[in-house]
Amino acid sequence: MGILEVKGVNKRFGGLQALGDVNLSVEENTVHAIIGPNGAGKSTLLNCLVGKLIPDTGSVMFDGRSVLGRTPYEINQMGISRVFQTPEIFGDLTVFENMVIPAFAKRDGAFRMHAFESVAREQDIVERAQQMLEEVNMLDKLHMHSASLSRGDKRRLEMAMCLLQEPRLLLLDEPTAGMARADTNNTIDLLKEIKQKRDITICIIEHDMHVVFSLADRITVLAQGSPLVEDSPENIRGNPKVREAYLGEAA
Amino acid sequence: MLGLNSKDTMLLIVVAFLALAAPFLLNPFPTNSSLAQFNAGYPDLMQRFAIFGIFAIGFNILFGLTGYLSFGHAAFLGVGSYAAVWMFKLLSYNVIPAIILAVIVAGLFSVLIGYVSLRRSGIYFSILTLAFAQMSFALAYSVLSNPKFNLTNGETGLQVYGDDPQILHREGLPDVPHLFGWAMRDNFLELEVAGWEFTFNNGYYLCAVILLVVFYLAIRLFRSPFGLMLRAVKSNQQRLNYTGLNPKPYTLAAFIISGMYAGLAGGLLAAMDPLAGAERMQWTASGEVVLMTILGGAGTLIGPVLGAGFIKYFENIFSKINDNVLHQWFAFLPDGMEDFMVFIVHPFVGKGWHLTLGILFMLVVTFLPGGLVEGGQRIARLFRRRGKKTDTPDPEHHPKETPHVAE
Repeated sequence: MGILEVKGVNKRFGGLQALGDVNLSVEENTVHAIIGPNGAGKSTLLNCLVGKLIPDTGSVMFDGRSVLGRTPYEINQMGISRVFQTPEIFGDLTVFENMVIPAFAKRDGAFRMHAFESVAREQDIVERAQQMLEEVNMLDKLHMHSASLSRGDKRRLEMAMCLLQEPRLLLLDEPTAGMARADTNNTIDLLKEIKQKRDITICIIEHDMHVVFSLADRITVLAQGSPLVEDSPENIRGNPKVREAYLGEAA
Repeated sequence: MLGLNSKDTMLLIVVAFLALAAPFLLNPFPTNSSLAQFNAGYPDLMQRFAIFGIFAIGFNILFGLTGYLSFGHAAFLGVGSYAAVWMFKLLSYNVIPAIILAVIVAGLFSVLIGYVSLRRSGIYFSILTLAFAQMSFALAYSVLSNPKFNLTNGETGLQVYGDDPQILHREGLPDVPHLFGWAMRDNFLELEVAGWEFTFNNGYYLCAVILLVVFYLAIRLFRSPFGLMLRAVKSNQQRLNYTGLNPKPYTLAAFIISGMYAGLAGGLLAAMDPLAGAERMQWTASGEVVLMTILGGAGTLIGPVLGAGFIKYFENIFSKINDNVLHQWFAFLPDGMEDFMVFIVHPFVGKGWHLTLGILFMLVVTFLPGGLVEGGQRIARLFRRRGKKTDTPDPEHHPKETPHVAE
């Protein structure tokens, strides 16, 4: 029984069958990659996991509890954090403030009316934020406006914000899309480091095979909305069906 | 001090000084000089500075922090005024119960309007609040003033009559709004120093003290985790949602708090002059507080207070300049030129003061998007740069640090 169990999920947009009978099981403490050509339904699947979309049929269980019908913030409070394709951070706030927000969400839940205390005096929160920034080597950028960070740093910050919440499952939506080779390798190293330091399950959607084969313990290939194969990286590499899905019949 | 850092403490001290010394500061010209008409240190206007300052501080908690632009905040101001006058009619002229009820009623009213309006964001939110405010105006103006059920007294406005119950009214208490016998309209001190006259009004000082209290509360809110969440709502709601935080109760709480500030301002307006009219709820009044906040600097602490003072000053001082005054000003010019200048300036003063305000507003928004506060910052920076010229910052290699919210 995996930490994330997707069973018989279907999602239709008008005449388009975006997801057809998807079954997926992500084992705890592994890196599970979902790959597939454009339009295979990877992002739709991810959106079904985080509460942005509700599947037409099927079930999505996280840690034995259904996530269906829950809002994104409820699902996050259950222990699923998400990193977006283009980094989603609080651009108007400083790096420090960006880090403090998930710390409050972790400690105080989805809403707490604390309008009279001062952020600066919440010792545990401040320490937690600084500690996490140190871990991702961004402590020197503490008081910078987060919108003025480089793209790589924004990604790093978003990742740190997610990790600060100590999620049990981290979902990554094409974390290296549009990145130069060097940045991609940095991201791979960062993810490896993250994985090494803690017990965390990572589910990654990716285009870049280099990233997938460097990180994944398990790979699911999606094609036209349905899982084609699920196997270890070594077996996926040589699988003719996968080559066909990616390169077409002629290959 | 008071749980604030040194910078905020300084800000509070500056505001306290400005508020408490206003009768001196706003009367810089001797009474007999030709510039005396620019003096703003008379009770009625000073009360308005403080009251609309409170209104704008509250509006800024919603608009400045969350970015939700309400176009119906005057409804809460009006509701506060009505509640206060009803307290005068039923209980007594004491302002304390009146102000408390004004805040409570405005708070309840904002729960209702906020709950519905906050289901939408952006322009739709603005339109919903505008619709609610205009509905409130219509209710106050006509619907709730029929002979069978007269809650607002329609066009005439709600006021206190001799045959009202006033069950707590006692012999010896003044027959005007008062604070335990201390009449709001009285002056406790009138100073005449050389050619200057300074008036110290009971009502103004009540307003000023309340302004300081709510300004202090606003500073605390800005620096609190709650304030941070509100700024996060403005910055990126998507990220907030995926960080396990529910934006809805945060925005609703901000809406209610700012509604209560507006109710407090409305209650104080009635406490200074026991009359509540429907025109206080009209959309132009809602628009005015938006102008005040943007003009002063939305999202800053001191900006809304400055904006409120600026607009109220123009409304009261520029509107009083008539052709006679203009002729005096330009008397030094030859006759033809004098008439010509009066002809040119005439549309911008007196009844045309809105024109001047409009031009100033355009200039500020175009050249100082951060409002008057940004203007102040630029001047301060200019002086600082002159102080140490060798240490020019290099924007390429030293990325700009975020300015503190309060600046």
